[in-house]
Formats: sequence, C-alpha cells, structure tokens
Amino acid sequence: MSENSVANNNQQNKVSNKQLLKLVMIPVLMFGFGFALVPLYDVFCEVTGLNGKTGRVEASEINQKQVDTSRTVKVKFIANTGNGLPWRFEPVVTDMEIHPGEIYEAMYRVTSRTDKPSVGQAVPSVSPVPASLHFNKTECFCFLNQELAPGETRDMPIRFVINHDLPEDIVEVTLSYTFFNIEQKQG
Amino acid sequence: MSTATTHDEHHDHGPASGLMRWVTTTNHKDIGTLYLWLSFIMLLTGGAMAMVIRAELFQPGLQLVEPNFFNSMTTMHGLIMVFGAIMPAFVGLANWLIPMMIGAPDMALPRMNNWSFWILPFAFTMLASTLLMEGGAPAFGWTFYAPLSTTYAPDSTDFFIFAVHLMGISSVMGAINIIATILNMRAPGMTLMKMPLFVWTWLITAYLLIAVMPVLAGAVTMMLTDRHFGTSFFDAAGGGDPVMFQHIFWFFGHPEVYIMILPAFGIISAIIPTFARKPLFGYSSMVYASASIAILSFMVWAHHMFTTGMPVAGELYFMYATILIAVPTGVKIFNWVSTMWKGSMTFETPMLWALGFVVMFTIGGFSGLMLGVAPVDTQYHDTYFVVAHFHYVLVTGALYSIIAAFYYWVPKWTGNMYDEKLGKIHFWWSTISVNLLFFPQHFIGLAGMPRRIPDYALQFAEFNMISSIGGFAFGLAQVFFLYIVVKTIKGGEKATDEVWEGATGLEFEQLPSPAPYHSFNTAPEVK
Repeated sequence: MSENSVANNNQQNKVSNKQLLKLVMIPVLMFGFGFALVPLYDVFCEVTGLNGKTGRVEASEINQKQVDTSRTVKVKFIANTGNGLPWRFEPVVTDMEIHPGEIYEAMYRVTSRTDKPSVGQAVPSVSPVPASLHFNKTECFCFLNQELAPGETRDMPIRFVINHDLPEDIVEVTLSYTFFNIEQKQG
Repeated sequence: MSTATTHDEHHDHGPASGLMRWVTTTNHKDIGTLYLWLSFIMLLTGGAMAMVIRAELFQPGLQLVEPNFFNSMTTMHGLIMVFGAIMPAFVGLANWLIPMMIGAPDMALPRMNNWSFWILPFAFTMLASTLLMEGGAPAFGWTFYAPLSTTYAPDSTDFFIFAVHLMGISSVMGAINIIATILNMRAPGMTLMKMPLFVWTWLITAYLLIAVMPVLAGAVTMMLTDRHFGTSFFDAAGGGDPVMFQHIFWFFGHPEVYIMILPAFGIISAIIPTFARKPLFGYSSMVYASASIAILSFMVWAHHMFTTGMPVAGELYFMYATILIAVPTGVKIFNWVSTMWKGSMTFETPMLWALGFVVMFTIGGFSGLMLGVAPVDTQYHDTYFVVAHFHYVLVTGALYSIIAAFYYWVPKWTGNMYDEKLGKIHFWWSTISVNLLFFPQHFIGLAGMPRRIPDYALQFAEFNMISSIGGFAFGLAQVFFLYIVVKTIKGGEKATDEVWEGATGLEFEQLPSPAPYHSFNTAPEVK
C-alpha cells in the first residue's frame, strides 16, 4: 500500500476554505437565529394576542361614539404577587359590568408589608386570549415601576376600554395583574 | 496535509504506542474508538443514576434518597444519556464507519476531529462535578425549563450551562467534519445515491446538528444572562416569558430527537439486508423518508407543550404535523419488513438486536402517536406514559441500534468474532428485562402517576416494583455487555474479511479484518 496517503490520492478530497466557511456560517447564523426567536416570539404574540398582553392607547384616540350600549360584558379583576414581593395587592372592586367602547376606571390597592422601601413591576394578562387584542388601556400603574415606602398603602387606577369590535361570543373578560419584585433582579 | 507528510517518513503505518497515541491521534478509527468508550462509560454512569431512581421507586414512600437528590438523578440521568451516551456513540460509529463506507482514507478534518472528541471528557467532568457542589447538582429535569433553571436553580447550574456549551461545540465540529467528509472524500463512482444508508442518515443528522445545537447554545446563554447579567428573557417581571424558554428549547429539542434516531435507521438498514440475504427494499424511498423526517422535525416542536395553554388552532396544527411524521417513519418500517419478506433469514446476534429494534421502536412510535393527539395528551402529559414512550424509542430504539452496530461491525474493527452464545444471552436478557422495565410504565402513566417525583400513590406499587426489577436486570445486562466487549477485543475466533455471508459495502468487500490502521490510501473501485 502506498505510504503517502492523502496527498497522492486522485480524489477530489480537499475541503476548500470556501466550503468550510459556508459550513461554519450555518451554526453561527443559527446561534443568532436562537436570539432572533425572542423578538419574533413577541411580534407573534402581539399579532395573535397570545399571552394576553393588553394594548395601550391615548385617550384622544378613542372614539366615544362607538359605544355599544346594547352589549354588556363582565370584567373581572385579579391580583397576584410574584417572586417574594412582600406586598398585599388586591382589586378594590372585583368585577364590573361594562359596555364595549366606553372608558372605565378600576382601582387596585397595594400595601407594602416590609420595613424597607420596595419596587415592583406589574405585568398584565387578559383571558380569554382573543379578548386581549381588543383590550386597551389609557392609564395603568403597570406602565411604570411602582416604588413603595415602608408600610405605604396606595390606590392605583387603571383606565381601560374594550373595543366595540370585541367578538360577540365573549361575555366575560378577566384582567389579571402580577406584581414582581424587580429590586432583587439587580442584585 | 501535514499529517500525511509526517507519516511519509515511516514505513510502518501502525499507531504510535502509549497514552499519547490517544491524546494526539488524528486517525478516524482511534477517534471512533475513543468516542465509543466514552459513550460506554457514560452509559454505565447514567445507568447507575437510573438504578438510584428505580431503587427509590421500588416501594412507595421515601426510602433511600432526599427528594432533591432524586431530582438531580433524573436530571443528570437524562443529560448524560442523551448527550453522553447516545450522541457520542453515533459519532463514534460515524468516525469508524463513514470513511470505510465511502472509500476515504480518513475524515476530512482530522485535527478538528481530535479536538471535538477531547472537549467531551472535560464537558462531562464539569457536568458530573456539580454532584459534589454545595446546593447539589441541577435538579430541574433534563429539559431545564425556566424559571426552575434560572430563578430557582442551584449555583452549580452555571457549570451545567458551560458543559452544554462545550458539548454543543463538540457536536457542531463533529457534524461539520462529517458533512465535509461525505461531500468531499467519496471514492470515484460513489455517487450520493450509491452511499450506504448509514452515510445518508448521518449526512442528514449532521445538518440537523449544525442547525439546532447553536439554538440550544443560545438558550443556555440566555439562561446565563438571566441568572447573572440582569436580562429578562425568561423572567415575566422584566417583560420576558418563561413559556418562550420552552419554545426555544423544543425548537432544538425536537430535531434532537431525530438526531438520536436517524443514524439508527441507517444501522438497521445495513444489518437487515445482510441477514435476510436480500438487498434493501426501497433504497431511494429510505433516503427521501429520512430527509422528510428531518424537515418535518423543525415544524412540530410545540407538541411537547400542548398543556401550556396554546390556542386550539395551534394545537390542531402541531397535532396534524406531528402525526404526519408517522408517514415517512412508516415507510421505513414497511421497507425493513419488505426486505425480510421471503428472505433467507438467519438470526445472528446483530440481526436479533435489529429485529428487536424494529418491533420495539414501533411500540415507541405508536405511543408517540398517542401522545401527539392533543386532546388526550392533556391526560398523558408528564406522566410515566411519556417516560415509557421515550425510553422505548431511545433505549430499545437508539441504544439497541448502537449495540446491533457493535455486534455487526466489531469483527471488522478487531478481527475477532464476538462470542455468539454470549451475544444471544445478552440480547434475550436485555429484551426481557427492558420490557419488564418499561412496559408497565405505560399502565401506571395512563393511571396518572406523574414523572420526576420520588414518591407515588399506593396503587402504583406493584407495577413500580416490576419495573424496578426489570431495571436492575437490564442494568446488569449492560455490565455483562462490557464483559463481552472486552472479551471480543482480547481475542476470539478470527473473522473472515467478508465477516457475514454476502455482506455488502466497501468495508466488507474490499478491506481485510481487522481493517488496517490506514485504509483506502488509494481510492477503491466502486461499481
């Protein structure tokens, strides 16, 4: 057998740098694609309303003439706290009857139960999922971080409107907020 | 290439001796051997962890280990078996066989080959070292869902993250090497559609690897930055979403499932025709079926997530797409059965393992179809039914094919026949015990026993005891396998060059047994 192995071979067996570069580019691009999935996921959820994220509108954009007084929808309010935030958090009114297209105000109450200042961020979610595309807020405590002094109690309003084009089969909508401790995050 | 020129000075092409041979080797056969031994060690390590799990579940109640340690065991067992046992074993087989099957002298990128192997011992040492750390090893399951793996995970998780990075780098390098080898190093006349199916399935697998391992690397990188650098990819408090972790993970995870089974299809497609003494039925349909399974694997990931609150349209799509995969897979099963139809079959050990594969992989495939049906998955999700399903496809599927490949090609590798009697004992011992182990898990799963829990309700006691006894017996059978492997390497009846009557493929037709250290220095003739 010939001792000079690869070099003497008349096969086309040299891997060109160009081909190697192409092969290396696939994993590099796919690594980037993994991260690109994050914004893609957000866009997908926004378009489909999955995840129950609510929309935000300016009060001036709302056409008050499109109020559908013939329909009544029940809105329920839910409050939770997450990852060890020492707050008491609850809706002042647990549910209300509304007409699609009209602006309403609801109130949540939060009380700090710690002797240190604390910061929380509320994350909203609407159920059922199709309703979230039609649920808009002009004002919400979830737009900003909330900072509470030790033992402070605060009433926080939200102003919301459910668009008049809410699908007919939806008669009840649940709005849920979860307050997360965001100070811990920076640690 | 420089390796070739340094070798020119020697006339004898045998391997260097001593430990450094294995550290510095660029020979595809040496590296294949290293991979196979690593995967065997990992199989026994992961198997030992499975024994801890089955011992704890032998009786209801908490008997032997702390629940957190139990969770570490299920986590590490899964990670080690997937990334340490099954995947390196297939890469090892690819290293040994692909150059011989396509008539190439070695892999296309031999130095990178050495590197991609030698990363792995470090990766697994790092992963295993977490067992000794304060707070314990990762205990969040091999799927490491956020926030269990971010907010609530032990500090050792960072070692896990870097171990996954290393395994990913190793797999990607191995895959690039395999693609470059197959595309460039084929002997003249070895057209793509003449390649053995093992080469075909590995080519497709390698593309899957370079496409999805980087996504996994991205997922663990996001975990790392969420844990330490203030990002909120998976943290709802910062506007992220833990469910997104599952989407990214399973975008990797589902193709990963096929990474672990496509090379097995190639092995079975080599063994069955030899022992049925008929050419493989439907070669080109096998190629197309493999390719379509690979493409479909990118489109079905969310069937692992039916219970996360997906809209009905999403559930329907992922259900139909998942069940569609049964079509190309069915093509393969029917092709193997047709190959055997009216063949002159004999039942040597490799054939037994291959037949065991066909029967039991099909059982796993059917339970997979059941799980793919979205409405009933709500009941099966996270129960022992799932455990039974993926162990049928991974143990009696992937692992059986690897063992079959060992018995089929070991005479070519070592020049020695294995002990036929011991091989058959190994097969029957394993097959009886593996069914004792996993079949009852279907029943307790349907009855509602959740997975990953160290305790269970009393009504599951009998089946769990049967399952544990099967588990211990199956574990012992693989220690027996270690004895067979060592015995075969040390000696045995000399194999002929053909090894099996009428075996096809360049490795059997044109190379002596054992295959020389450097084979096909001159390209063979391919008709």
